[in-house]
Amino acid sequence: MKKTLILSTALAGLAFGASAQEITVMSWGGAYTKSQVEAYHKPFTEKTGIKVISVDADNPATPIKAQVEAGNVSIDVADVELSDAVRLCDEGLIYPIDAAALPAAPDGTPATEDFIDGALYDCAVASIFWSTVYAYDDSKFPGEKPTTIEDFFDTAKFPGKRGLRRGAKANFEMALMADGVPAEEVYDVLKTPEGVDRALAKLGTIKSDIIWWEAGAQPPQLLADGEVLMTTAYNGRIFNAAAAENKPFVVVWDGQILDLDLFVIPKGAPNKEAALEFIKFSTDTQRLADQAKWISYGPARKSSGPLVGLFNDGKTEMAPHMPTAPANMENALLNDFEFWADYDVELSEKFNAWVAAN
Amino acid sequence: MADIADTGMASAPARAETLKTADGTPLKAALAHAAKRARRRAFLLVAPLLAFVVLTFVAPIGQMLYRSVANDGFSANMPNLVRWFAENPETEPDESAYAALAADLALAAEARTIGVVGTRINYDVSGTRSLFTSAGRRAARLEAPYREALLDLDEEWGSPALWSAMRAASAAHTPNFYIAALDRQVDPEEGIVSVPEDQRIYVPLFWRTMMISAVIAGICLLLGFPVAHLLATLPMRLSNLLMILVLLPFWTSLLVRTTSWMVLLQSEGVVNDVLVSFGIVADDARIQMMYNQAGTIIAMTHILLPFMILPLYSVMRTIPPSYVRAARSLGANNWTAFWRVYVPQTVPGIGAGVLLVFILAVGYYITPALVGGSSGQLFSNMIAFHMTRSLNWSMAAALAALLLGAILLLYWLYDRLIGIDNMKFG
Repeated sequence: MKKTLILSTALAGLAFGASAQEITVMSWGGAYTKSQVEAYHKPFTEKTGIKVISVDADNPATPIKAQVEAGNVSIDVADVELSDAVRLCDEGLIYPIDAAALPAAPDGTPATEDFIDGALYDCAVASIFWSTVYAYDDSKFPGEKPTTIEDFFDTAKFPGKRGLRRGAKANFEMALMADGVPAEEVYDVLKTPEGVDRALAKLGTIKSDIIWWEAGAQPPQLLADGEVLMTTAYNGRIFNAAAAENKPFVVVWDGQILDLDLFVIPKGAPNKEAALEFIKFSTDTQRLADQAKWISYGPARKSSGPLVGLFNDGKTEMAPHMPTAPANMENALLNDFEFWADYDVELSEKFNAWVAAN
Repeated sequence: MADIADTGMASAPARAETLKTADGTPLKAALAHAAKRARRRAFLLVAPLLAFVVLTFVAPIGQMLYRSVANDGFSANMPNLVRWFAENPETEPDESAYAALAADLALAAEARTIGVVGTRINYDVSGTRSLFTSAGRRAARLEAPYREALLDLDEEWGSPALWSAMRAASAAHTPNFYIAALDRQVDPEEGIVSVPEDQRIYVPLFWRTMMISAVIAGICLLLGFPVAHLLATLPMRLSNLLMILVLLPFWTSLLVRTTSWMVLLQSEGVVNDVLVSFGIVADDARIQMMYNQAGTIIAMTHILLPFMILPLYSVMRTIPPSYVRAARSLGANNWTAFWRVYVPQTVPGIGAGVLLVFILAVGYYITPALVGGSSGQLFSNMIAFHMTRSLNWSMAAALAALLLGAILLLYWLYDRLIGIDNMKFG
């Protein structure tokens, strides 16, 4: 009797699990996850009845690799950086996604043409452009304010601590740009050993003032605590701290490094069909434009651009805060994913050795 | 048990025949049978624990150790080339080698494993990952002669370093990760050599980790000894109250304690604010107590202090106060009585505490990651880096194995110098 009871409860549980469908979406946490929950997850559940569980990681590419290799995948959709998306795809850790199946723009332009060049890959669909910029607390600068990437590395002109993401990516490029290398030549220079030494030498000029951060939510915190005078950061995090929490933070766009975030489906995802539905839904024109209501990241579809309006406070115009705004693009660098796929190991090693050396 | 029973049986077979039990079986056999049953029952009793230890401890560590020498990313996905290497030892790559390479590239691209192959070679020859992925994209269209076709794609395909790396990777097992973990590299001509000074990282970090851990264990001993002594000698009621003060932080989450230290130590934090308000330091010259070695040492000392106090306390409780009194009455002064009579009796506790704190400190990673900045990073942070950032798990496994080896070595040294049975954990 007892056994049948247990069995029937278990069966009922199974049946329940099958009818009330849910998917797990992994992202980067903080204001960014919140923007996705508001713009994608909630409307998706409303429309389809499929519940969306949101989980976060410092970099979702890592748990994907771990889960797929262990054969125990719990994530259905993950949000990853471009170089990671390409790498995961090459290593067969994520499913191919047919770009032609994505919804067309409202005017009928097929998705393959509507997405900005370089936003669609074999296994990944881009949602936003984001960028690594540097930012400062305006209240700490009564006089002259930093305006260029050189100023970030100039501790004689602006003495104080600097926050940087612990890792080679973005730091090497910014150091070279601050050292006078034009944006379009950065990766060519960085391919040579002399270029790497040059970047490290430039970073070395501020080494004793660097405070390293790892999670995207840290830089606004470091600025707010007064722990650093300036810090590199993901532009959306700084914008949200400024717009939603009224922090006097200012973004310096000179020398920004643009990157994409893309949706991928890990191989062996428990709800592959629903995951694909979620990606199709979330990357349509309106949804991408909606996300900009919550964070200042640029939509990956051309047709979303004109739909971007005000921040959710109802007064801040979003367009000038987008990394892709023409005024912000004057000295911008597009992250070269092939370069990083190739040189990540070598440069990370050099970077780690440099950090560890006193 | 087994030995005694067996040798007994072997040495006296004659007598065994004369002594019999009630049902006629030889006594020796009956005894052995009974002993065997008892052993089996005892084994069954510990079997759950044994299974648990094997499943959760021995197997994962074994798997980790295996991963540190095994990486079949290349060998499993490039069958033709692996065969060519096996059939042609010591020969320069010829057209048939290039044909095998082209066939494998197409195969791996089709199976979406080309990235795995490229990543494996990229560990040894950096900058080659995209060589594989971009060639993979075009491999299906390659035509004979393959050597020229591949060199047309990229001249790098002719590089001897690349071919020697591929030959090395065609075996699924490699010592390369250990070589790299010791800041060495394989030079085609000179064998194993040290990497240039500015690229050495693991060995200096290893010594730094040992040094910081020793400093933390030392500070913990200095701070913990008087506290443990106080706890052991105060009346029960008071000492229980004090004990709660020791245990409360011990029971608090590690992350909570680390982040509390961040609040206290940061440059706009509580400690600096107090110092500034008392005029001890100037407002624009606040002390940097975090994001450096000092931060790691302060936070870890606090977190590990209970591991020093508890074993010390349990040993000190058992030391009768009459010994020190006797020493005093025989003319020893305070210091002599303490140093010559009391301290030697606490050695088992000191040994246990220092070893415990040191070993825990060597493996710490969350606290240094949060408050350590760059100078306060420990060896484990490098393991974490390879686990979570570079995704080079073989390298992480090799580093972890080195750390494990170092701890076992220390444990052995401790056993030789002081004796493991002379240690009291509580």
